[in-house]
Amino acid sequence: MDTLYAFFVAPFLDIADSPVFFIEVVIGGLSAGVMYSLVALGFVLIFKASGVFNFAQGVLALFAALTLVGFMDWGIPAPIAVLMTAAVMVVLAYAIERLVLRHLVNQEQIILFMSTLGLAYFLEGLGDTLWGSNVKRLDLGIPEASFEIQGVLLNQFELVAAASAATMVAVLAVFFHRTRVGRALRAVADDHQAALSVGIPLKSIWVVVWSVAGLVALVAGIMWGTKSGVQFSLSLIALKALPVLILGGFTSVPGAIVGGLIIGVGEKVAEVYWGPVLGGAIENWFAYVLALGFLLVRPQGLFGEKIIERV
Amino acid sequence: MLYREAGQFKTNYSADQAIFPILQDRIFLAVVLIFAFVVVPLIANDYWLQAILIPFLVYALAALGLNILTGYAGQISLGTGGFMAVGAYASYKLATSFPEMNIIVVLLTSGLFSAAVGIFFGIPSLRIKGFYLAVATLAAQFFLIWLFNKVGWFYNYNPSGTIDAPPRELFGILITGAAAKPWVKYLAALSMLTVFGLVTKNLVRSAVGRSWMAIRDMDIAAEIIGINPLGTKLLAFAISSFVCGVAGAEMLFLHLGSVETLAFDINLSFLVLFMIIIGGLGSVMGSVVGAAFMVLMPIGLTNFLVGWLGMQATSAKHLEFMVFGGLIIFFLIVEPNGLARLWQIAKEKLRLWPFPH
Repeated sequence: MDTLYAFFVAPFLDIADSPVFFIEVVIGGLSAGVMYSLVALGFVLIFKASGVFNFAQGVLALFAALTLVGFMDWGIPAPIAVLMTAAVMVVLAYAIERLVLRHLVNQEQIILFMSTLGLAYFLEGLGDTLWGSNVKRLDLGIPEASFEIQGVLLNQFELVAAASAATMVAVLAVFFHRTRVGRALRAVADDHQAALSVGIPLKSIWVVVWSVAGLVALVAGIMWGTKSGVQFSLSLIALKALPVLILGGFTSVPGAIVGGLIIGVGEKVAEVYWGPVLGGAIENWFAYVLALGFLLVRPQGLFGEKIIERV
Repeated sequence: MLYREAGQFKTNYSADQAIFPILQDRIFLAVVLIFAFVVVPLIANDYWLQAILIPFLVYALAALGLNILTGYAGQISLGTGGFMAVGAYASYKLATSFPEMNIIVVLLTSGLFSAAVGIFFGIPSLRIKGFYLAVATLAAQFFLIWLFNKVGWFYNYNPSGTIDAPPRELFGILITGAAAKPWVKYLAALSMLTVFGLVTKNLVRSAVGRSWMAIRDMDIAAEIIGINPLGTKLLAFAISSFVCGVAGAEMLFLHLGSVETLAFDINLSFLVLFMIIIGGLGSVMGSVVGAAFMVLMPIGLTNFLVGWLGMQATSAKHLEFMVFGGLIIFFLIVEPNGLARLWQIAKEKLRLWPFPH
């Protein structure tokens, strides 16, 4: 009876007791959610355009952040270092297309997935070999001061992260809908063969997609790196982005954003209010269970395309 | 020439239905088994047995289990580590709660627990498939590891949080625990793998195995021809988790002797998945070959980089990651169907050799 009370009644009483604290928890969840969305966005871009489930997205973010820190350690000013890192990501995208994906065209999805796992190992080793594996600080001069609105504590950095995510989504939306390359990307995502037959070069399109995903990873890497230091655990955020993906749908950009926010908030609220009842540290699996429960109702995720199957 | 079936006529039904209908296959298998059971324990030293051969046998069993689910029934699972953990913790609880229980019974019963958990986490497979399912099985992975960490009952409230394999005898010979001889453990693991390998080989050519493959190839079509997707998928989850659970219990009792949940984390799931992809999806032999490859490659790489090139252990570790990732991509590009496919090609070549025309 006590357990039931602690599980079903007490948390809600706590929420009603101090709504300001609840709002702070939700805001903390939202800001974590934005971070998840940034990583999930890279997944969605690649999955949409090439059907590759890119497990290396988290490691791409780590690699980008490592490279950026490495350049800045050489004394290169931050804006130029960011541009140079962006260039590195584009070169990397080209290399991935040329050396890996081109040879795996028409293979089954699981083979492509495993090849990105191999890629994750490779990039992790490469980043550590080039730049060393100790924890590094990343400081681009993003303000981190906290301030209060109506008694709710906010952090400038979180606002910057949210703003940059919003900007990125807007830029991507314009890119996908208004530019020639963007239209080609959507065509490829719809149907590879039809796109090929109207003269869209598949190979260069894949380079573009992986470059864009690399740039998204760079932004994610900057945000995560500033927040918690550039270190190996950065690559594990890929595991956090997966429930976001299945919640939002593998093929939907808005799904990645909304899914990220839902997961972020759900995770934080569950940890703060229900964690003590269950013994704590439930953040690790709660997101997955949340996403799983959701999938049982809507197998294609929140915004995914309806799965239609024919024999 | 060497591998020619011509002239091997079947004169009765039982010969036609044999698991290995071709004489050369039977000879090859017999040679391999005699070598593994008799020659290896005589010539291998303790380092080889403990660091390479026993882990290889345990991983091969886990890969066999996952191959049933992913290779034959087509359901991608990233929860292998979690299911193995269920087996390990169930066997620990059984062995410590019922000290009189025969060790074989302990291992098999812990498999049953794992099968039950597998069925539970397999239920989503009825609604979702492909990568959605793969991510969903991660829920099992993270939840189970968290559970075994949090609930003290599972590790008998041991302050260090680890579980230790208690010493147990079979036929009067000490088989588990720190004092057991490596070659005894090796033979135990080998016997388990042989039995499970033969059972699986038989299972996948039965009605059950054929219905798994029908579900894998196209589940809607399979449903239309009268295969019950609910039962078939859950059966695949159950049997696969059973085998993985036994492998997890072996990991505790025969390989590591003392484990904590860290041993069963997500990396183990990926490792076993690598084994079946590199070895060959939907092939019993592929599971074994893949496990051998994935166990030997890191050890060989470390020896090569540190021992021969004289690199420092830490930088060698990073380089090892790179080479490991690169080799996986290389193998996927060269032979996406796995090492088992290479074996098939070799057999076809041997059929004509030395007169290829």
